[in-house]
Amino acid sequence: MNAVPIISVDGVSKQFGASYSLMRRLAGEPPLAVHALNNVSFEVHRGETLGIVGESGCGKSTLARCLVRLLDPDGGAIRFEGRDISTLRSAERRAFNKRVQMIFQDPYGSLNPRMTVSQVLNEALSVHRMRPKGDIPARITELLDLVRLPHDAASRYPHEFSGGQRQRIGIARALAVEPDVIVADELVSALDVSVQAQVINLLLRLQEELHLTLIFVAHDLRLVRHISHRVAVMYLGQIMEIGPSESLFASPRHPYSKALLDAAPELDPTQRSRVVAARGELPSPLDVPPGCPFASRCSHVFDRCRVERPALTKRASEHSAACHLVDFGAMPSALADAV
Amino acid sequence: MSVAVEKIGLYPRLRRLALPRTLISGTIIIGVSLLIAFFPALFAPYDPIAFDYKALLKGPTLAHPFGTDSFGRDVLSRVIHAYTIDMQIAVFATVGPFIFGTIVGAYVGYAGGLAEAIFGRVVDAVITFPFLVLVIAIVSVLGPGLGNMYVAVGIVGWVFYARLVAAEVKVQKRLDYADAGRVMGYTPMRIVFRHLLPNAITPAIVYWMTDMALAILLGSSLGYLGLGAQPPAAEWGVQIADGKNFMSTAWWISVFPGIAIVIIGLGFSLLGDGLAQLLRVRR
Amino acid sequence: MSVAIDTGLGLTVRGLTALFNTPRGMALAVADVDLDVAPGEMVGLVGESGSGKSVTLRSIMGLIQTPGHVTGKVEWGGRDLVAMPAEELRRIRGSEIAMIFQEPMTALNPVLPVGLQLEENLVAHTRLNARERRARALQLMNTVGIPAAERRLNEYPHQFSGGMRQRAMIAIALACSPKLLLADEPTTALDVTIQDQILKLLLDLRDRLAMSVVLVTHDLGVIAGTCDRMAVMYAGRIVEMGTVIDVFRQPRHPYTRGLLGSVPRAGAVRTMLSSIEGTPPSLTDLPAGCAFHPRCSFATDICRQERPPLLSLGNDRKAACFHHDRVAAAEAIL
Repeated sequence: MNAVPIISVDGVSKQFGASYSLMRRLAGEPPLAVHALNNVSFEVHRGETLGIVGESGCGKSTLARCLVRLLDPDGGAIRFEGRDISTLRSAERRAFNKRVQMIFQDPYGSLNPRMTVSQVLNEALSVHRMRPKGDIPARITELLDLVRLPHDAASRYPHEFSGGQRQRIGIARALAVEPDVIVADELVSALDVSVQAQVINLLLRLQEELHLTLIFVAHDLRLVRHISHRVAVMYLGQIMEIGPSESLFASPRHPYSKALLDAAPELDPTQRSRVVAARGELPSPLDVPPGCPFASRCSHVFDRCRVERPALTKRASEHSAACHLVDFGAMPSALADAV
Repeated sequence: MSVAVEKIGLYPRLRRLALPRTLISGTIIIGVSLLIAFFPALFAPYDPIAFDYKALLKGPTLAHPFGTDSFGRDVLSRVIHAYTIDMQIAVFATVGPFIFGTIVGAYVGYAGGLAEAIFGRVVDAVITFPFLVLVIAIVSVLGPGLGNMYVAVGIVGWVFYARLVAAEVKVQKRLDYADAGRVMGYTPMRIVFRHLLPNAITPAIVYWMTDMALAILLGSSLGYLGLGAQPPAAEWGVQIADGKNFMSTAWWISVFPGIAIVIIGLGFSLLGDGLAQLLRVRR
Repeated sequence: MSVAIDTGLGLTVRGLTALFNTPRGMALAVADVDLDVAPGEMVGLVGESGSGKSVTLRSIMGLIQTPGHVTGKVEWGGRDLVAMPAEELRRIRGSEIAMIFQEPMTALNPVLPVGLQLEENLVAHTRLNARERRARALQLMNTVGIPAAERRLNEYPHQFSGGMRQRAMIAIALACSPKLLLADEPTTALDVTIQDQILKLLLDLRDRLAMSVVLVTHDLGVIAGTCDRMAVMYAGRIVEMGTVIDVFRQPRHPYTRGLLGSVPRAGAVRTMLSSIEGTPPSLTDLPAGCAFHPRCSFATDICRQERPPLLSLGNDRKAACFHHDRVAAAEAIL
C-alpha cells in the first residue's frame, strides 16, 4: 500500500436538522437533528478498493456524497491529496470533481432522460476539454467499448436500455473525465443478480486496467466483501470496524460486524442456523444513545457500553474496531498470548 | 463517424413517431387558423369594414353566409379578418410571459432559499386578485388598446409560468442526474438550462397552449368592454359586443364570432394535450 | 420432505398459465407451471425480475385482474381455486390461505390503526366477539414478536419501522391460522439483520403452526437459509426444481448454475464472478426454442429450435434442459 493516502477523512460529522417543534422550544430542549455522520475518520490509499458497508440509516450514502462534495460536512475535514476539499472554489472544485467521480444508485434517475448516450458522453468530454473536438466521436466509441456497450448505443436514449446497461452508461460518463477516484454508491443494488455480477466484473476489470481508486458503498455484505481490499463497517453514522477485507470477514472484531455477517444469507443450505444474528432494531437516528450505538442490540453488552462511547482503536496492523471488548473476535492463540 | 452517429440518431426518433391523435387534430385546427390569419384577404369575400346600407342586419344567405351586421358589413369576412388580430393576441400576449416566467421559474426552483421566499410572496400577491380584474385595472391606467393589453397581461401572466417551472425544477433537481451533473463539474448554469429545464418545461408548454386560448378569450373580453382592439377593427370580442343589442333579432352577428372562439380554444387545448403526450418522458 | 403430495392435502398446481394483454402484444407471464407444496413444507420460488415468480403467487391466490387471464388448475383441499366462484374464493383467502407482500407500507392501510386492520380479518373470517378479537389480536402481536403489543395495536403503520410493519403484516396473515402462507419477497425491502429476524420468524411459525409456505425471492441466499424445496423460474417457466440441498450442490440447468455463480461467496475475494451475459428476454417477444438459449454457454442447435420439456430426473428432481447431464458434469462453480 502506498504510504500517502489519496483521500483522508478526518473526524467528519454531518447533521441534518429536523423541524424544531414548538414543544421542544418551550421545553428548552435543543432542536432534533439526525446525526448522519459522527466523527468518521479513515484513509483511502491509491489504487485500492475500500468497501463501506452498513444498513439503511448508517450514513454510508451521506459519506459518499461528502466525499464528492455533493454535501459539505459540518465538522472535520476531507482531504484529497492533502488539500481540504471544502476550501476549493468554483474552478478548483470542478477540477477536483474531474478527478473524484461518483456513480449513482438509481439507473433510472441518474441519466438525463432527454439526452442520448452520445450527448451525455460528449458533454463530459467537451466541458472538461478531454479531447480535441474532432477526436470526441472516436473517444465515445472507445468508452462504449470500455463498458461493453454496443456502438449503436450512442444514438439511443436512456429509456431504451435495461437497468444494467444504464449503470454501464453511468460508469462510462464517470470514466469520460479520466478520474483517479470513483465513488460508487449502491451501484448494483437495483439490478438483478445475474446483471449485478456483470457490472461487478466490469468494475473489477476497469479498476485493474485504469488503476482506479474505488470507494464501493453498499448494503450487500457479499458484494462488498467480494470487491474490496479493505472494508469499513458503519452503524448509525459511525465506523464500527475497519480492516482488510479478508481478516475482517474471517474474524470480525466488532459484535456488529459479526451480526451483519451472520445475518447475511450465504449460499450454503447445509449451514443453517435458527439463531437470530442481532435482536431488536436500529435506534432512531434522532435519538442516538450516549454509549455505544449498538449497545441496545448487542449480545455482549455490559454496563460501560451504555455510558461510554468506544473509540475506534487498533486491533492489528490496518485493523481497527470501536468496541470496549478489545479481545472480541481475536484468534484464540492471540488471546492466549495476551493472557 | 459522427455523421453516421447522427444518421442513426434520427432513426429511432422517427420510428416511434406515432403521433397522438389530439396533436394531429390540434395542429390542423391551429394550422388552418394561422393560414387564415396571415392571408385573410384570400378567404374573405368582402371588405370587413365596408358599410353596405342596402344590406343591414341580413340573416345568413348565399351572398352573406354568416349574414350582415348593423352597418351592413359581411359577418363572415369580419370573422375571417378577426383571425389576424386574435391569433396575434394569442401569441403576443403569451410569448413574453412564457419566456420570462420560464427563466425566473428555473432560477427560483434551482436556487431555492431567499429567491423562493420572495417569489412565493409575489405569487401570493398576484393570485389574490382575479386575473381579469387585475388586467382591466392595469389597462384602465395605461389606456385602452392592444399594445397596453399585452403589457398588462405580461405583468401578471409570467407568474403562472414561473410557478409551474419552479415546482418542476425543484422536483428534477433532487434526482440523481442533477447530482451527477454537479459531480461532473458542470456549472449551475449548464445544469439548470441544459439538464433540468428540458425535463421541467413540459407543463409550462402545455399551459402555454391553454393560455393562448385564454388570451383570445381575454382579448375578446377586453374588446367587448372596449378596452382591447378598437372598432371598427374586426375582432371577435368587438363583434360580439356589436351584436349584443341585436341578439333577439340578428343573432348571427354575435354567434359566429363566438363559434370561432370556441374552435380556436378547442384547437389550442388539443394541441396542448397532444404536446403533453409527445413530450412525456420515457423512463 | 415431500411426502404427502398425492394425498390431496397441500397445494397442487397444474398447468398454471397467466397471460397479459399488453400494448406490445400478449405477454406470457407464467407458462404451464406445475408445483406441489406438501403440508408444513417451505418451497422457494426464485428468479429475476420478469421471471413470473410473483405472478405465479398472485395467480394461485386469484389476484390477477384484467388485462391478465389465468388458466390451469390450483387444487387446494380438493377444490380448484381457479375455477372457484369469487365468493367462495374470498372465504378461503385470508383464512386458509394468506399472503404477505414485499412492501408492507403499501400493503397496510395507512389511515387505520394496525390493531383494527388485524381485527378486520377476524371479523371477516371468524365469529369472535369484540373482546375475543382484541385478545386474539394481542396474542398474534406477541406471536410475531412485536413488543408492547397493547400500545402498538392502536398505532398507525407509519409509526412502525420496516421490520415491525412486516411483522404486523405477518400477524394479519396469521389471524385465522392459515394452512398456506404465500410470501412475496417479504424481506427484500428490509435490512440484513432485520431480514434475518423475519426469515427466522417465518421458520418458527411454520414449525409451530404446521403451515406450508411458498416463498418468492430473488435472493438465492434466502432460499438456501430457509426452504426445503425450490423451483427456479425463467421467462415465465419453471426451469429447475428439486430439494434445496440437491440444487445448490449440483445445478442441472445452466440458468441455475449461472445464478449461483453470480453471487459472490466467501473466500473468493476479487475474482471474476461467473455472470450470465445478456439480459432476460421480453415476455412479449420470447426467443424460439429454449428461452434461455441466447444467454446460455451450453446451447446447441436443438436449443434454438425446440423448447426443452421439464423432465423428471428422479429423486424429486426436474430440469428443463436438453443438456442437463453436461451442466451437472460441468466443473463446480467454486
